[in-house]
Amino acid sequence: MRAAPRRSGRAQSIAYWAFVVHRVSGLVLALFLPIHFLLLSQAIRGEAALDNALALTELPLVKFAEWGLVVLLTLHLVGGIRLILIEFGPWRGQRSGWITASVFVAAGTGFLFLYNMLVTV
Amino acid sequence: MSSQGIAQAKAWYWQRISAMVLALFVIVHLVIMIIAIRDGLTAAEIFSRTKGNLAFGIFYALFVLACAVHVPIGIAKISEEWLGLSAAASSLLAKALALIIVVLGLTAVWGVI
Repeated sequence: MRAAPRRSGRAQSIAYWAFVVHRVSGLVLALFLPIHFLLLSQAIRGEAALDNALALTELPLVKFAEWGLVVLLTLHLVGGIRLILIEFGPWRGQRSGWITASVFVAAGTGFLFLYNMLVTV
Repeated sequence: MSSQGIAQAKAWYWQRISAMVLALFVIVHLVIMIIAIRDGLTAAEIFSRTKGNLAFGIFYALFVLACAVHVPIGIAKISEEWLGLSAAASSLLAKALALIIVVLGLTAVWGVI
């Protein structure tokens, strides 16, 4: 994992925040993953057991969390592609465009997920 | 290079390789989620897509294994830097997390196919 970029200058400050977002989103996704799997693994006990577990997802707070996780997953994805391009690609510098792209793509997936979730309610 | 240095280099390498694989898995997973959520989150909806679907099973089993490589390495680094855990303690934590991800993840995949 990369060391945190230095906190001086505007471009470096943006890179620092990209580092923070990448790390915090990764941490939240890592904490969520065992819960996600535990819930879905109820499928092994049959459809009724899985539905029983999925009842949790009817809570508004859980729906909000699902949306937040989709946004965080997208931020982590695009931010991660940026890091791989910096480390393995022929590119140099902070690749600030990818940081901007991660915000817009995450906003896009977040909107699509939320819209599709709400049209079914 | 010290044995700890070699371990760090290996962790760095494995995290990047798993990240490249995960990028593809995550893009597909995001598309599936955005489409699937239209029909609501129910066991019937999930099973209608997954039961008897071998391609789905292989895709998500590999997704789980890539997560089991990628996630524990990140958590080990965070627990060292932010929680001040020793390299040995964070390595143990990472191994335990990898085991949890593999067991729960593959159980979930097995359950829905």
